[in-house]
Amino acid sequence: MLVQLSHPNRQVEIKGPKRTKDLLRELNLVMEAHLVIRGDELVTEDEILADADQIEIRPVISGGI
Amino acid sequence: MNCTKCPTSTRAVIGLPRHNAAFCKSCFITFVHEQVARAIKSFKMLSHEDRILVAVSGGKDSLALWHILLTLGYRADALYVNLGIGSYSEESHRKVRHYADTVAAGYGAKLLVHVVEQEAGAGIRELATILHRPTCSTCGTIKRYQFNRAAIEQEYDVMATGHNLDDEAARLLGNVLHWQNDYLDKQSPTLPASVEGFAKKVKPLCRLSEREIAAYAVVNRLDYIVEECPMAKGSKMILYKEVLNRLETESPGTKQRFYWGFLDKQAKPDAPAESMADKDQRTLVPCDSCGQPTTAGTCTYCKMMAKAKRSAV
Repeated sequence: MLVQLSHPNRQVEIKGPKRTKDLLRELNLVMEAHLVIRGDELVTEDEILADADQIEIRPVISGGI
Repeated sequence: MNCTKCPTSTRAVIGLPRHNAAFCKSCFITFVHEQVARAIKSFKMLSHEDRILVAVSGGKDSLALWHILLTLGYRADALYVNLGIGSYSEESHRKVRHYADTVAAGYGAKLLVHVVEQEAGAGIRELATILHRPTCSTCGTIKRYQFNRAAIEQEYDVMATGHNLDDEAARLLGNVLHWQNDYLDKQSPTLPASVEGFAKKVKPLCRLSEREIAAYAVVNRLDYIVEECPMAKGSKMILYKEVLNRLETESPGTKQRFYWGFLDKQAKPDAPAESMADKDQRTLVPCDSCGQPTTAGTCTYCKMMAKAKRSAV
């Protein structure tokens, strides 16, 4: 599956099928700081992602106060 | 994972471990609105008669706040401060303008804009260099000043900012780590107009985590700037948030307990000072089995040993 990441913007190819939480673990990212979006829909951490899916992992932390 | 609120087990779009819940799109939107309504009520933030000025940056928090207040029927205009940070400011300005034109205008709400370069003659980066101050501190000073000035001059009743639970918990952690007691007093979600010239300030998103607000923006198709401010790279606030998120992952609810616990203690009137010895003498009694001090009739050790002996028989 094609995974879009931010900070910095980049794309990585990951072999599916894979649970959302396992994908995050593989990329060393915590769920609390990210949203996982398949197409344009949010998915939960137990969702199984397939090879054909387009995935965006969007960070949620902002630094400005 | 299915929605824990729907009777018909709709597919959930988000799991919220700190609430031991998962919600579908519709129930999640209701959850967010309820959390904001609870914050507004419990901290006496707003009334439906108030004219509100929302401080918007083009990021998820401020655009979500503007959207929620309008959806809940509040009279909320917004102010955007263009800091002159190259393409980042251009992009964030475009996002705010797009929301104002396509959604907010439909509620009769308007967008005010202040351009730092027009008044100061330079963008935030250049100003920070000229003033020999960190960029984030210069930015914070300018934004606080301009938001307050606009609120006062244009006679808004209250100014609302998009600070969320993570912002407040991270700020609290920073203040506690450095024992900045004066700053702790200013961490309430509602700051009154304490003196002439200061607008009342409120933080209606203080019950919602950063992830929940980002999710709200996604499910409502709010077009916000995902890119981080280039000036915030390496900021202490980001470090504190990362640490808190690690703790939250291991122990859901940590951020909430940390910040809400602080607010609870702050809300209670100062208890008379009592020494540890006085407190112990008031609360402890001899264990009825071994005689060592305990708060209960039989101490925990004696209870444990009695249970162990019973199991061994």
